Amino acid sequence: MSDPVIRFESVGKRYPQYHHITAGFKPFLFRWLCRLGRTGSETFEALRAVTFEVRPGETLGIIGRNGSGKSTVLGLIAGVLRPTSGTVRVRGRVAPLLELGAGFHPELTGRENIFLNGILLGLTRAEVARKLDAIIAFSELGEFIHEPIRIYSSGMLARLGFAVISSLDPEILLVDEILAVGDMDFQKKCVDRALEFKRRGVTIIYVSHALDQVQELSDRALWLDEHTVQAWGNPAEVVDAYRRHSSPQRGPDGGRPEAPGGEAP
Amino acid sequence: MNRNTRQFLDLILVLTQKDLKVRYKNSVLGYLWSVANPLAFALVFYFAFKVIMRVDMEDYALFLIVGLFPWQWFSNSINISSTVFLSNASIIKKVSFPRNIIPLSIVLQDMIHYILSLPVIGLFLLLYQKPAQAAWLWGIPLLLAGQFMLIYGLALAVSSINLFFRDLERIVGILMMIVFYCTPILYPLDMIPARFQHWVGLNPFATAILGWRTLLLDGRLDPVAAGLTLAYGLAALGLGTWIYSRLAWKFAEVL
Repeated sequence: MSDPVIRFESVGKRYPQYHHITAGFKPFLFRWLCRLGRTGSETFEALRAVTFEVRPGETLGIIGRNGSGKSTVLGLIAGVLRPTSGTVRVRGRVAPLLELGAGFHPELTGRENIFLNGILLGLTRAEVARKLDAIIAFSELGEFIHEPIRIYSSGMLARLGFAVISSLDPEILLVDEILAVGDMDFQKKCVDRALEFKRRGVTIIYVSHALDQVQELSDRALWLDEHTVQAWGNPAEVVDAYRRHSSPQRGPDGGRPEAPGGEAP
Repeated sequence: MNRNTRQFLDLILVLTQKDLKVRYKNSVLGYLWSVANPLAFALVFYFAFKVIMRVDMEDYALFLIVGLFPWQWFSNSINISSTVFLSNASIIKKVSFPRNIIPLSIVLQDMIHYILSLPVIGLFLLLYQKPAQAAWLWGIPLLLAGQFMLIYGLALAVSSINLFFRDLERIVGILMMIVFYCTPILYPLDMIPARFQHWVGLNPFATAILGWRTLLLDGRLDPVAAGLTLAYGLAALGLGTWIYSRLAWKFAEVL
């Protein structure tokens, strides 16, 4: 079996309690003049001893309650966050599927936004130019590609975003609860596109609350709760364990009230 | 050129282009609107100081214009850059790219805008019968470079720190106003009382403005003003880069 493309080894992530810093001038001076760029003692633990690995071409679904650290895992894979302890190893080009409209400018046309977004995500101008026709065709936007995207519907925006992402030819695709937005029709389209990536051998890491979807699409599932791994492996078993854990008293989606400041940034 | 450098340059280009396009789009008079601001300021100050308070100064309108255009570059860039990481939170949290490109594109965009408004200043110089000078050939690029480094360094520092200390954007607004009146833009250097004179050299904005004024009005490059502007520029660039490099990896944590 081939080497893992993503490997987390007892990864811990603590966030400093930044509201102490943003609170006022005195703590700011105290903290920043003394130790610029170091974390303080009051921290919030987002992840503890998280270990898992993903092999090339696998699809990993991450489930868990809000604030359990799912987005933090994606941030660590994308390289925008650094682990506090343990090691994160990622091999290959990572592309995040952005929220609707992120990395786009509403006043620019679809075509101009393809360049903006594509380059932001790591392509050069020449590469975008070469792929431009394919991207426009993929987006199915037709003449709308010459209109400013502020007039686009959310479905059109998503198609444009997806079209740019597909042109990146990513090796690892990160999807953060995107499949949950939009109507049924749009969701189905997204799933189709995701499956297309999967067929192309792209490793997909996605966060979802749709448990049936996770069971259906994933090769493996990761259940995070209490900031650490509760289960990892066969999606059916993991989803089952999650369901059993959360259903009896706590409602359908494990709906315990969110801890204050729960959702990790 | 290697692919990473190419990609980096393309990123700067496309972001700067975006800012320029957005600025000039959707209005017929796009370019005129953006030179209108400093010109309107010049008119207001001219009216207040020359017409009403009757300051005894020759060519006061021209004097104001030459100082207000470079000031506009300063104040626009610094004010916008204080919140620039906040307004790009959604991509900073998801994509790992060099974040300093965002304030850089803002400062570049304002610099291009300043360069584009130099002909307007030239027009006024012509009206006041001040001919073009050979010293502009090396003076303008030199002062542009110094002022660019100064503004970019400060923008980098302000934008980075503001993520961790959000009051900064308010403080910056107030500071910019104070600095504006402490900088010899509305008044010439020799009107400043002797006991304050030696403080002027400590104001990096003042050295740049004085540099521009001697260059454009007197047609010579003041070596002290130009040298100080470059030195302040390098210092600001170093400081800004240092602060940014210490904080950048934590941006996604605080957004």
